[in-house]
Amino acid sequence: MATKETTVDASIEKGEALTAFVESMLEPYEPSPKATIQVDVAIDEVFSNIVQYSGAKSVTVVANLDEPTSMFSLTFVDGGKPYNPLENDDPDVSLPVEERQIGGLGIFLVKKTMDDVQYERKGDQNYFTIFKKIR
Amino acid sequence: MKIEQTRDNTTLTLALEGRLDTITAPELEQVVNASLDGLTALIFDFAKLEYVSSAGLRVLLSAQKKMNKQGKMEVKNVCAEIMEVLDITGFSDILTIV
Repeated sequence: MATKETTVDASIEKGEALTAFVESMLEPYEPSPKATIQVDVAIDEVFSNIVQYSGAKSVTVVANLDEPTSMFSLTFVDGGKPYNPLENDDPDVSLPVEERQIGGLGIFLVKKTMDDVQYERKGDQNYFTIFKKIR
Repeated sequence: MKIEQTRDNTTLTLALEGRLDTITAPELEQVVNASLDGLTALIFDFAKLEYVSSAGLRVLLSAQKKMNKQGKMEVKNVCAEIMEVLDITGFSDILTIV
């Protein structure tokens, strides 16, 4: 079991540092290119969501890889206001172009590409975790 | 992300390289908005694009809506990973993927 964590300022450009942090942690375990891309996209979606909506000043991510099962989990912890993006309805992805709304698409994408996603409010912090089998 | 622009009369091709995400999408939006005048065809070349997140989809949707009024928009060289994102989000029905 490998666990690592890092804390970054809650600002959009820090997403790049988070992606690099996760990629360098996973590299020795030879994740599939597809899983790597899906995790990268999920990081972008979840992190940008927190930055936009939570009002938190910083975000801590706890990355964990269960080696026997290759199950990777990444928990985003922030001290912002309570916010569970999983409560929102899924967007209608069949609407014609003129009626399309972009809101909610990011979290929808995360739900569809990750093996599991979970939200918890503990104390005064939000915990949002994505799970993905990396190969 | 790198954006390589090739203009041929009223056709503009934007070849994207790298990652189209929350950080880079505003850059693409600027290039698109600055170039739309008089354009009849907008072509996105995704050959060197690694991935697209929803921030990038937002820019593509807005470009598609604008080009619907003045010509056409096409997306070419879409890799399997990006195609999956377009399929899940229904964007493969909205965009013209060639």
